[in-house]
Amino acid sequence: MAKVFIYPATSLILSDMVARFGHTPLSSATAIRERIQTAGLESPPLQITPEEPKKGLRWAAVEVPSGVRGRMSLYGPMIGDCEAAIIINDADLAFGCMGCARTNELVKFLIHQKEIPKLELNYPKNEEEGVRFVAAIKRFLTELGGTR
Amino acid sequence: MTEYTPTHVGTVTKYVVVESFDVTPADLALRGYEISQGVMIKETCFGIVINGNEEEVDRIITELRKMDPDNIFVKDRGFPPGDARRCRANLGGARPGYNGMEHEMTLIPYVSHGLKELKKRDEKTIPLPENPLEHPLLDIYKLKILIDAQES
Repeated sequence: MAKVFIYPATSLILSDMVARFGHTPLSSATAIRERIQTAGLESPPLQITPEEPKKGLRWAAVEVPSGVRGRMSLYGPMIGDCEAAIIINDADLAFGCMGCARTNELVKFLIHQKEIPKLELNYPKNEEEGVRFVAAIKRFLTELGGTR
Repeated sequence: MTEYTPTHVGTVTKYVVVESFDVTPADLALRGYEISQGVMIKETCFGIVINGNEEEVDRIITELRKMDPDNIFVKDRGFPPGDARRCRANLGGARPGYNGMEHEMTLIPYVSHGLKELKKRDEKTIPLPENPLEHPLLDIYKLKILIDAQES
C-alpha cells in the first residue's frame, strides 16, 4: 500500500480513486486533522500557529511570505512521505490568493523534482475522457503494487 | 492567546458523497444508522459525514459503497461534523471548501461512467489520456497543408 500525494490536495475524485484502488491518499484533510486534534494555543480556524511558518522554512526561504511557508508546513511533510503522486493540471478549483497560488506552484515544483512515479492528468470533459481518466489512474495505481 | 483543548481526539471524519439516481443521502444516512456502532452521522445535501474511530468508519463506508459502488465517493475531512469553525450554520454562505467539491461533483458522472466501463473492458486496452505537460510541435507537413489551404 503506497502513500500517494494528490493534487489538488482537497480533490474528492482523486482521494476516492486512490483509496478505491487500494492505496493511501495524502490529502490536506489529514494534515489539518492532525492540527485540529492536537492541544496547544487557540488559533482558529485551522489551528495554524506562528510555529508553522517556522517549520515551513525547510521548503521555502525566509523571504518567501509567511502564508506560503505556513501552507508548506502542511504539504511539505506529505511531499516528503509520498511514494507516488497524481497531479491534475487544469484544476481551476485550486485557485486562490497569492499565498495559495504560490504554494500550489511550489508544491507542483517539489513533486516534479522528486523521483517518484507521477501521473499527470486533466479533468475529464466527457464520458470517453472519463473512461480514459479512470483507466489511467487504475493502471498507474496497480503498477505501484502492494495494494491492500 | 487562550489554551486550545481539542475534541474528538483519535477519531476520523469522512465525507460520503452520492451522485446517483437510485440512492439518496437519506438512504445512506438510514443505512449508516442501521449498521453503525457509536459513530456520529450527519446527513447533508450531497451525502453524509461520518465521524468515529477509524475501523468503524471504514467498516460502515465499505457497507455503504455496496449500495451503489460506482456512484458513491469518499474523502477525508479534517474537522468533525458541525464544527463551528467550518459549519455553514455558523458562518453563513457555502462552507469553505464546498466550492471545490461542487466543481468536482459536476465531473463525477464522467468518472462514474468510467468506473462502469472498466468492469466491461480491460484497462490495458484503453488508450491513455493526453499528457497535459506535453506540447507537441506542429508537424512541418501539417503546417504546409494549413498554408496551402489558406492560400488556395
